[in-house]
Amino acid sequence: MKKIEVLGPGCANCKKLEANVHEAVLMAGITAEVVKVTDYAQIMAYGVMSTPGLVIDGLVVSYGRIPSAGDIAVWLSE
Amino acid sequence: MVGLAALTWLVAWLVEAPLADWLTFSVFGLTRGDHFGEAVGFFLLDVPKVLLLLVGIITVVTLIRGFFPPERVRTALMGRGQLTGTAAAASFGIVTPFCSCSAVPLFIGFVEAGIPLGVTFAFLISSPMVNEVALVLLWGLFGPGIALVYMAAGLTVAMIGGLVIGKLKMERFVEDYVWALQGKGGALVAVKLTWEDRIHDAWSYTQDLARKILPYLLVGIGIGALIHGYAPTDLVAAIGGRSNPFAVPIVVLIALPLYSNAAGTIPIVQALLGKGLPMGTTLAFMMAITAISLPEFIILRRVIKWPLIAVFASVVTIGVLFVGYLFNFLIA
Repeated sequence: MKKIEVLGPGCANCKKLEANVHEAVLMAGITAEVVKVTDYAQIMAYGVMSTPGLVIDGLVVSYGRIPSAGDIAVWLSE
Repeated sequence: MVGLAALTWLVAWLVEAPLADWLTFSVFGLTRGDHFGEAVGFFLLDVPKVLLLLVGIITVVTLIRGFFPPERVRTALMGRGQLTGTAAAASFGIVTPFCSCSAVPLFIGFVEAGIPLGVTFAFLISSPMVNEVALVLLWGLFGPGIALVYMAAGLTVAMIGGLVIGKLKMERFVEDYVWALQGKGGALVAVKLTWEDRIHDAWSYTQDLARKILPYLLVGIGIGALIHGYAPTDLVAAIGGRSNPFAVPIVVLIALPLYSNAAGTIPIVQALLGKGLPMGTTLAFMMAITAISLPEFIILRRVIKWPLIAVFASVVTIGVLFVGYLFNFLIA
């Protein structure tokens, strides 16, 4: 099972990204645990300053932008 | 696709002014030189003009600044001396995206990486003050001279502000938990973006922003139109003119409670300049509206204590006053 983390303090863009992530999980047809990371210490630990950031299985795949559900689904299938 | 969009933009830009003129004075039959006619003409000319400029500029600028994310700026600033670091931070402030919601992670990120407080503040001052959208708008409406003057003024304030805050040794007014994070940050994995990604991001950001600033813009242009059509030139000159030595602090005071996106202030600036307000006074007014922002100060309270916020606010205010007097003196 994949672990997906959405990094961000809870701004509008973070919510948009989270919605895309849920859509992507359905598209990829996998099971995944989606976690919201709002704590700055944890966000900084990934080296990300521009939120929202997206982490799949501990690896930062995007930050400072909102990737489409299609793109996320491709990353999930890799 | 991109070519077609650029062509459409160019055609719209060329036909916009004659169209507004024709609508106001031929279709609506308003009189040239009359208060109401001039105000309506200003509004119809400015709304599409500023919108076109904004959409074009923001798309291009967002595309460019996609190459300068704060993460990359931070790496570039690490380990630099006070002076070069401050200058570099102020310059990066022009192109790096910044909004009050990203102020906190940005501040923590800079401090965490060991960037001196003065350098961090040079960036925090320059980023909202030298707004790249305002810069290109000024360029499009008034020519390169004034745009470059605006940029130079903002950079000067940011650098002096950063150096002053650095000298004041204010580190104890940063919240303890921020210091506790120092050195705990991870290295960022580089994420590759294709041009298609970048263009898509820039366009969706532009649409988002245009929707957000449209109300500010309409109000700004509306006020600009009222000033243009109705404000007596004598009154503007009496309050803001050269003969009044307190013109700069007065306009800054008026601007303090106002907070708007830089784009919304441009039409007001345009109308005030047209009424004979000196350049320095006008710039001070514009910078006070965009850079002295109460919401941002309140948000920053999460990472720094009130004394440092007060110093930050004072430095920015003094800087804006300085720019006002300086440019009134320079551009006679």
